[in-house]
Amino acid sequence: MSIDLSQFFDVFFEESFEGLDAMEAELLNLEPGKEDSETINTIFRAAHSIKGGSGTFGFVSVSDFTHVLETLLDQIRDGQRVLTAEHVNLLLKSVDCVRALLSALQAEEEPDLSEAQALKARFEAILGGEEPSSESAEAAAPEVETLQSTTYQIEFKPEPHLFKTGNEPLYMFSELAELGELEVSAFHDAIPDFLAFDPEDCFLHWRFFLTTTREEQAIAEIFEWVEDDAEIKIEACGGLFDDEPAQPQAAQVTEQAATPSADVATESGTVKQDAEAEQAQQTLEAVQQKVETVKNIKSESRKSNDSGATSIRVGIDKVDSLINMVGELVITQAMLSQIGDQEITESSIAALQEGLTQLAHNTRDLQENVMRIRMLPISFVFSRFPRLVRDTSQKLNKQVELKLVGEQTELDKTVMEKLSDPMVHLVRNSLDHGLETPEERIANGKDPVGTVTLNAFHQGGNIVIEIMDDGKGLDTEKIRSKAIANGLIQEADELSVEEINELIFMPGFSTADSVSDISGRGVGMDVVRRNIQALNGSVEVTSKQGVGSTFTIRLPLTLAILDGQLVQVAQHTYIIPLISIVESLQIDISKVSKVGKGLEVLRLRDEYIPILRLYGIFSHQGAREELDKTLLVVVESDNYKIGLLVDDLLAQQQVVIKSLEANYQKVDGISGATILGDGTVSLIIDISGLIKLSGLRRPGSTELLVDLKGEEAEPA
Amino acid sequence: MKKILAVDDSASMRQMVGFTLKKAGFDVTEAKDGSEALNLAKQQGFDAVISDVNMPVMDGITLIRELRNLPNYKFTPLLMLTTESGLDKKSEGKAAGATGWIVKPFNPDQLLAVLKKVIR
Repeated sequence: MSIDLSQFFDVFFEESFEGLDAMEAELLNLEPGKEDSETINTIFRAAHSIKGGSGTFGFVSVSDFTHVLETLLDQIRDGQRVLTAEHVNLLLKSVDCVRALLSALQAEEEPDLSEAQALKARFEAILGGEEPSSESAEAAAPEVETLQSTTYQIEFKPEPHLFKTGNEPLYMFSELAELGELEVSAFHDAIPDFLAFDPEDCFLHWRFFLTTTREEQAIAEIFEWVEDDAEIKIEACGGLFDDEPAQPQAAQVTEQAATPSADVATESGTVKQDAEAEQAQQTLEAVQQKVETVKNIKSESRKSNDSGATSIRVGIDKVDSLINMVGELVITQAMLSQIGDQEITESSIAALQEGLTQLAHNTRDLQENVMRIRMLPISFVFSRFPRLVRDTSQKLNKQVELKLVGEQTELDKTVMEKLSDPMVHLVRNSLDHGLETPEERIANGKDPVGTVTLNAFHQGGNIVIEIMDDGKGLDTEKIRSKAIANGLIQEADELSVEEINELIFMPGFSTADSVSDISGRGVGMDVVRRNIQALNGSVEVTSKQGVGSTFTIRLPLTLAILDGQLVQVAQHTYIIPLISIVESLQIDISKVSKVGKGLEVLRLRDEYIPILRLYGIFSHQGAREELDKTLLVVVESDNYKIGLLVDDLLAQQQVVIKSLEANYQKVDGISGATILGDGTVSLIIDISGLIKLSGLRRPGSTELLVDLKGEEAEPA
Repeated sequence: MKKILAVDDSASMRQMVGFTLKKAGFDVTEAKDGSEALNLAKQQGFDAVISDVNMPVMDGITLIRELRNLPNYKFTPLLMLTTESGLDKKSEGKAAGATGWIVKPFNPDQLLAVLKKVIR
């Protein structure tokens, strides 16, 4: 039978990666000396399944490696070996290694085996140089055929309980017959009197004479499962020498198999020949199957590369509720079209309105539920932190307890993928800069074990993630002097604590006394902030010296929908992401000044806000140009505030983002488009893109062209 | 059509066994652990059961022991799938009432060849 095993690969990879995640999580829970058997069992099962699967699906590199892992775990499980911290470290490394091997195999690349071999050597050293059993090799080894036939006498005397093992002697005998020429005699002398006869027991025994070219081993294998339930004697009692040469090569087998009918015809009736031809046929089939598999793999390779890891697992309940809602939608649609067929009367208009309300309701429900499909619990991101915290704190010689709160909080898969890196950065920062060493903590009267807490929760349409540590907090004095040294602020500037803390998000800012390999070099919090802003989110810090710091990340739940402020510019409607709007105001002309090449700035409290005329940037005619008749929307991006001049503010609403790149092409200053209720297309403004487009940024610098020092601005 | 119950906690193995057996003309029901399998086995009759050994909730050995004690499964072939070719597991399975064992890894042809020993 030809079965293409590659069709099961996707499932295998998916469950193996899940198994590895489970292994990792359980390993991190393990404390040598205090391990409980269920944890070890879970780890063992995961390793065991990966080994079994990889062996079955032909990933020998993985099954070879996981074998040593399994052996060690098995010994620990059976209490033959005591778990040590070294084992845990080694097992964790192995998880990484297997993950790498599987990723390479999934991408259909040649896996790098050097790491696996090094780890395997260490496992083998632990296992006391025990020979890694070449179990799989044995199983795969082809049976050597001796084409010389031998006649065996086989005695088979089963115990009475044979049937209760589920074995069927008849099938064994026909299997024997497949080996060669078989002669059977049954003996019924052991059958008791009728009254003593138990119909569920076996009272027969048999004697066979089998003439076969196979070895005794092949016969023993047939009786393998009943060897303890029966008396079995296999004796070679002689045989005939066969003239036929051995034909081990596949090519010859093929040839032979191609003309089996002729062979059988000339030497008709001999079971041996039949069996041989059948074997040859089987070999041929096996070869063909291999060829087919290779073909399949080749043809599938492109396909699977394309699909990549873009699949998403959705709970059946979510799909069910969707189907339910589509059902509702269909009912509403039917209802509306029925009303449409009727004559328009007053009552039908009322019904129509009711139907439309219901339609709106259905649509909103459906939209929410479709969005829910992309939602995954944040534990997918959180789950990588126990390992990270463990490794990092070991490196830093700090004692850390990690608390995860709100792991079931859901957020969009795309947001989640992009959230991971900034979070890693922040957590490393907390471990490296935030938490003190145990000695320092004891000296300060704190618990020597520091705590890092990751907390996620929903707030409005946002997800909030807090990264808290009970460390030493931000050193405002140090930040201040550093900022002065870097020219970010002036000596004379009076800044509040919050403003000073904000400085750590400025480009090129780093307070670490020495650059460590933990929290990276150079790439600092500004990158974190930029990455989060790219997701339409924000990141803030609150800190108290000696008590700890909290970094708060706020993100929209999804990238597909955004809260937008609709604004009017000439006859066009644009959308500004609500999250970037600081305030909207009417302009007080007396506070507008002109700087440089006709750039207007508004003095707003003690800041100067450059004014961008949207109609000018997007070349629209017929917009209001007088500053006092328009409105200014102050937005913030990349730490800069700018004012966008619009004719009017319209509604605020959630808009579904459609990609411009996918439907048209990339447009500078525009991040996407949406379709409004009346069917018109509206463009969504990309604030940081707009700043670039307007030429506000000083070339070669991240500063805006506006000088923050008011003296230089001339009155307009 | 002969009915087979395939029990394995690994979805890929389950699919592979299931697919192979269906293609060979068997009616296959899948279960993801011993306890699920036991419930299925009590509700419907199966002509053979193929079970993995290491599974959460209820392992394969326990499943086999439980099944063998059911009147309907007194004579039913119960096969265990195992990578542990060690004697321990085999004799443990045998003591629990297993008919035989199949060594993992196996390919579809090997599976069918072994199965032929007990069900046709």
